[in-house]
Amino acid sequence: MKIMEKNSSATEKEMKEKKPAEVEQAFISVYIMGKEHRVPFGLTIMKAMEYAGYRFVRGAGCRAGFCGACATIYRMKGDYKLETALACQTTALDGMYLTQIPFMPANKSVYDIEKLNPDINSILHLYPEIARCVSCNMCTRSCPQDLEVMDYIQAALRGDTEEAARLSFDCIQCGLCTVRCMAEISHYHVGQLARRLYGKYYSPTPRHLTERLEEMDEGKYDEAMDELVVMDKENLKKKYWKRDMEVK
Amino acid sequence: MEIIDGYPDFMMESIKKVERTRKSRIGRNLPRMSSDQREVILSKFHPDYKEHEKKKLQIGPNKGYRMPLEMISLLEAEPFLDTSKVDLSRVDYDVDVLIIGGGGGGTVASIWANMSGVPADRILISTKLRHGDSNSMMAQGGIQAADGPIDNPPIHYLDIIGGGHFANKPKLARILAMQAPKIIKWHESLGVMYDKDKEGNFVERPGGGTSRKRMHSSKDYTGMEILRVVRDESINRKIPVLEFSPAIELLKDDMGQVAGAILMNLETNQYYIVKAKVVIMATGGWGRLHIQNFATTNHYGATADGLVMAYHVGAKLRDLDSVQYHPTGAAYPEQIVGLLITEKVRTMGAQPVNMNGELFVNPLEPRDVEASAFIRECYEREMGITTPTGMTGVWLDSPMIDIVQGEGTIHANLDAMYRMFQRFGIDMTKHPMLVFPTLHYQNGGVEINEHCQTSVKGLFAAGEVTGGVHGKNRLMGNSLLDYNVFGKIAGINVAEYIKNVKIGKLTLDHVDKYRNILRDANIKSKVKAPMILPEYREENLMKRTIKV
Ligand SMILES: Cc1cc2nc3c(=O)[nH]c(=O)nc-3n(C[C@H](O)[C@H](O)[C@H](O)COP(=O)(O)OP(=O)(O)OC[C@H]3O[C@@H](n4cnc5c(N)ncnc54)[C@H](O)[C@@H]3O)c2cc1C
Ligand code: SF4
Ligand code: SF4
Ligand code: FES
Repeated sequence: MKIMEKNSSATEKEMKEKKPAEVEQAFISVYIMGKEHRVPFGLTIMKAMEYAGYRFVRGAGCRAGFCGACATIYRMKGDYKLETALACQTTALDGMYLTQIPFMPANKSVYDIEKLNPDINSILHLYPEIARCVSCNMCTRSCPQDLEVMDYIQAALRGDTEEAARLSFDCIQCGLCTVRCMAEISHYHVGQLARRLYGKYYSPTPRHLTERLEEMDEGKYDEAMDELVVMDKENLKKKYWKRDMEVK
Repeated sequence: MEIIDGYPDFMMESIKKVERTRKSRIGRNLPRMSSDQREVILSKFHPDYKEHEKKKLQIGPNKGYRMPLEMISLLEAEPFLDTSKVDLSRVDYDVDVLIIGGGGGGTVASIWANMSGVPADRILISTKLRHGDSNSMMAQGGIQAADGPIDNPPIHYLDIIGGGHFANKPKLARILAMQAPKIIKWHESLGVMYDKDKEGNFVERPGGGTSRKRMHSSKDYTGMEILRVVRDESINRKIPVLEFSPAIELLKDDMGQVAGAILMNLETNQYYIVKAKVVIMATGGWGRLHIQNFATTNHYGATADGLVMAYHVGAKLRDLDSVQYHPTGAAYPEQIVGLLITEKVRTMGAQPVNMNGELFVNPLEPRDVEASAFIRECYEREMGITTPTGMTGVWLDSPMIDIVQGEGTIHANLDAMYRMFQRFGIDMTKHPMLVFPTLHYQNGGVEINEHCQTSVKGLFAAGEVTGGVHGKNRLMGNSLLDYNVFGKIAGINVAEYIKNVKIGKLTLDHVDKYRNILRDANIKSKVKAPMILPEYREENLMKRTIKV
């Protein structure tokens, strides 16, 4: 049985070998940094660029929407609006004029998390520029994760660390908000600080973890472990198959 | 072909059947397989059991070991560095600790080396893409640690060993289980935001092959949350990182110890010589080798470079005969084929069902067993659903999550998943997702001992690049744990190790020797290694490229 020979139409490797009959081979025009390329319809912007002959060094990381390496700005032919996207998570469309923003020289504060005072000014102190926000909402409009970016900056400004941490949680640090902010705010670094402050100072370590660590310090499981690591395979197997399952 | 809610009409018809059986499936699951049943289904359907997809390695310390053809091809490839063109007399960076790989393991090692007394400017991280571009960034489901009241590390150990088919290195598995609660505590002190309930306790979930609920998560961005915090910490400690400058070969000295590496600046093509008292290999996995042509969940740089470089200096490898395929890779839409649908979707209650909406496997088998059952359903029983581009898959009935656990559960816990499908017009809270196994994890790798030392002096390793911790099959949530635990151990141990190291004259003789061994074994390969980046450009286009 040759599973992957059958089930392989879609690996990137085989994209290039795909027979015309397998897909509806409609071709579209995309304009990569102004230059027109004909590519099959149905690819992500990233795969369309590769199809056109670009090999990524910058501009590609996870290829799955988790890292923000592939931040892209585009405009549709005939439209004036600039849109933002993740190249790995967006279908290339006919008439897209696009470029990647693979690097953002954003300001990140350097701090020792142990020495920060978690008060209402701790974020403002390290990122005073958040006070320059004019509430234009451009950051929120540019976010490919659809986060309420302006709201988390405003929360940080108010000193509401929890809200800033919560609203910024899904940020993949792509920098697209920062590119467009007239107040030159590095939103994603602000969010990072808010989350670390919240995680460390506002959300206490559960008791059951502390207790487990105390037990372990006293050596509670050492003996059981000593036995297990030298146990022969047969007995281990028996033990494994007899173990009780919390979830059936 | 009409598209309804993101699906073509014929797929929608199958979805209707899934909806019809949904109610009757609530609270009901097929029993888990026995040991014998597992053996049968694995040997018949798991891609790893296809012997013609593997071959014996012909050279080096692992001569005679069977590995996937794609891995053999890289280990038997021509080293791509031309040693005659390298001037070793000019050292660009002279450091104590060189860390190769700025993903999870490398970053954690840098912090612990620094905390153990190595000054930041005596450490250097070399990484292929940006700092943090790695598999660690992509992990969704969670990290295991036995800190619950009815759980404990010995039970965790049993799960690890059984999941690994009893082939793990016991001492490494023990460290993994015993260090886990400490790692979570460390993360808490750094400010990682784990999911907690109203009382402030961790929300802990089950995972495939685990006997207790011990999966700690941060929504479905667990890997991203941990890594962006440790990366922030490493930056705050001012640990230097060279981005877009992967290592392409290790350096040795005339006493035979590893003594640094040659890096290559991917943008200018210059090479850099790094002299170091010790090297930590933390290059992660091999997903981008597309073993047996499978799509992969891995990041762009997961090309097994660390295995190749380590083998060139004579390090022993192990358990590379086993490849982990994640049962639930996306099979539709085309744009996201192969990308991961976290196991958490199943642990939260979504059942896999066939084209008629029938159950065919327990949702929480270990990954290899679960994946085999999917393949059987698609290709032996022919009960899968084939997409317009020819992928066949089974349904993962995600709407059940909100039905069983309450409306809003998906949004609160699986935002990354929701987003991924919603971007292509599919609403996972209303319709199931089509899935098929995808290449996910490198179970084996460079052999290490309890101190993260490899078999070659001066070379340490941590994370997915290593072998032994997980035996022949890694369980969900144990590899985020792995890179944290062994990154920490590597960092602490190198700080001690470098106190007594003197480096002699640098050499690349081992690379020339490797070439000779290839020649003597009559191996003539057109492939060059390490691979560094996969090639996705069109073949016809490549034929017409000219180098300026
Ligand atoms: C999509 C996905 C989901 C996952 N989900 C989970 C989960 O829920 N729970 C869990 O426990 N595990 C999960 N895993 C597995 C886990 O994320 C990884 O195994 C683990 O993070 C590996 O960490 P690492 O530091 O060893 O490697 P990585 O984090 O991959 O880091 C390796 C780094 O080395 C760099 N590198 C590679 N070659 C070179 C070179 N030649 N020179 C310099 N640098 C180089 C890479 O670019 C990368 O930055 C998942 C993996 C993936 C891909
Ligand atoms: S773009 Fe800048 S100025 Fe505008 S709302 Fe966002 S943070 Fe404020
Ligand atoms: S908040 Fe900014 S950096 Fe974060 S994902 Fe949105 S646009 Fe990108
Ligand atoms: S490449 Fe990581 S988000 Fe697109």
